[in-house]
Amino acid sequence: MTAITTKPPSALGALTRNNTFLGFMFLLPAAVFLLCFLTYPLGLGVWLGFTDAKIGRDGIFIGLDNYIALANDSVFWMTVYNTVLYTFIASVLKFGLGLWLALILNENLPFKSFFRAIILLPWVVPTVLSALAFWWIYDAQFSILSWSLIKLGIIDTPINFLGDPNNARFSVIAANVWRGIPFVAISLLAGLQTIPQSLHEAASLDGATGWQRFRFITLPMLTPIIAVVMTFSVLFTFTDFQLIYVLTKGGPVNATHLMATLSFQRGIPGGQLGEGAAIAVAMIPFLLASILFSFFGLQRRKWQQGGQD
Amino acid sequence: MASVEFANVRKSFGTHPVIKGVDIEIADGEFVILVGPSGCGKSTLLRMLAGLENISAGEIRIGGQVVNGLAPKERDIAMVFQNYALYPHMTVADNMAFSLTLKGASRAEIDKRVKPAAEILGLTHLLDRFPRQLSGGQRQRVAMGRAIVRDPQVFLFDEPLSNLDAKLRVAMRAEIKELHQRLKTTTVYVTHDQIEAMTMADKIVVMHDGIVEQIGAPLELYDQPANLFVASFIGSPAMNMLKGRLDPNDALKFVTEKGVVLPVAKAPESARGRALIYGLRPEHMTIADGGIPASVVVIEPTGSETQMIMRIGGDDITGVFHQRINARPGETVGLSIHAEATYLFDAESGKRLV
Repeated sequence: MTAITTKPPSALGALTRNNTFLGFMFLLPAAVFLLCFLTYPLGLGVWLGFTDAKIGRDGIFIGLDNYIALANDSVFWMTVYNTVLYTFIASVLKFGLGLWLALILNENLPFKSFFRAIILLPWVVPTVLSALAFWWIYDAQFSILSWSLIKLGIIDTPINFLGDPNNARFSVIAANVWRGIPFVAISLLAGLQTIPQSLHEAASLDGATGWQRFRFITLPMLTPIIAVVMTFSVLFTFTDFQLIYVLTKGGPVNATHLMATLSFQRGIPGGQLGEGAAIAVAMIPFLLASILFSFFGLQRRKWQQGGQD
Repeated sequence: MASVEFANVRKSFGTHPVIKGVDIEIADGEFVILVGPSGCGKSTLLRMLAGLENISAGEIRIGGQVVNGLAPKERDIAMVFQNYALYPHMTVADNMAFSLTLKGASRAEIDKRVKPAAEILGLTHLLDRFPRQLSGGQRQRVAMGRAIVRDPQVFLFDEPLSNLDAKLRVAMRAEIKELHQRLKTTTVYVTHDQIEAMTMADKIVVMHDGIVEQIGAPLELYDQPANLFVASFIGSPAMNMLKGRLDPNDALKFVTEKGVVLPVAKAPESARGRALIYGLRPEHMTIADGGIPASVVVIEPTGSETQMIMRIGGDDITGVFHQRINARPGETVGLSIHAEATYLFDAESGKRLV
């Protein structure tokens, strides 16, 4: 018999064989990244919300004073109303139009791939660029919309798109919808294509009309994807900043100010870092609520679980 | 229940013809199987009957009524799909009741129809499950249950057993056949498996390349194949086919290209002097001393029978014997061929002459 010789294990060797340690090492880069760029700014924002920090001056802790001030601030409540309205109307429109577009694109159209590519354009154009374009479209004097309607003899004077509070609200919502539809449409189209053709065939043999096939086959099978897509869409819309900032800067008379734009305006140009941070923090409950709604309400259904294919 | 007729039915995808003029008559209550290799058009034909593909030319009639222009839901047919096409978001009960729900049937009426169907198929304890929670065989049954609940004029099956394992396939084969005997609904069934066709059908339609090669009862096709394609497609192991001609001096002798002489029972005038193919089923030969010398290539005993691949004059032929054989590969055995059970085909047209 030959004696089996073993080298005494080195400390480093033992460590690299330890799964917990290895796992930790693999996790480290991502963890550092998350800590530096997500957790720290979020934590700092929350902290600033409890201070009276101004630009050029470290704040001191003032408890809930910022929030109490906001609670009595009619402009803040106006932005909450604006944001909820903006998000609700824009999301409903984006969902409706996006689903409609996805259903059309899922049919056998000529030049199908060409249309699918074109649909994505509003999404790939930088927001600032499309916002500038809308700025022109909505211009008080040179608006192409007003010009066309005047030439058609429908109206006499240019529409004051961005000058009137309700017009302005509607205008920014329309711009947001235009920009957001591609995301919804393409994602739902991808979802539609996962529904096997044979289910539609089986349903039509079972006597379903086109509407019934949509109602009983397409829609239920699409719900998980609708839930994910609309959660993202709501989050994007609720936190929208660029479009408003380029188009209206929150005007007229704060009619289109959203929480994100108000937070920036109070915090940076206005210098009230603490108050701006408090407004931003006030968005968190809304965002969490919409995430939880989709997570518990829609995302996973019983029929998707269990069993194999 | 209803009869089904295909009258000179054609179908093209673009300029490419896939169904090239098909005539089939299916009597009320008959179990008809469309069989053929992949791409022969059998599934397309079934889908045309269901209304899922439109008809380029010709007529399809169900119960005497031309259905060319009717939507699938107006044809009163039920179909079992290859992948079952169960609605994944509905329970078994809801899947089976879907057609009734669409019609706005009452809860009581739905129960009255679904319960017995579930009973027949042994699905009663699974009614609350979702399709994902079922095995392949159970899903297959649910798909059939959905068809039964409809109580349609015609049942259509599109390769329903091809996703099941071999053992389950045999069991489901018997179940479907029993179901048909019980319900007596006209059934059109598509498969590429000739064993399925042979075991289940009242009538088989052999299709190849968009045309019907032959229509007949299973044993009719087996005993009297119209042509080389049907002869080679029906039967397992497949018929042996040897090229050659009749002996000009003795028409009851067939001479293969390799010079081996094989017996023929009768030789019509039309068979003489032309290139022929000699057809011999594997079971129509016995081992006998003094027979045609054949050297054993492979021997496969299965217990009940022995299958042997043998070489005669350079051609390989397969034989199935019901006796136990002690030959070894390389040995030579004597082969006695049952001349009255042999076939002669025209090599050019493929038509059977004898």
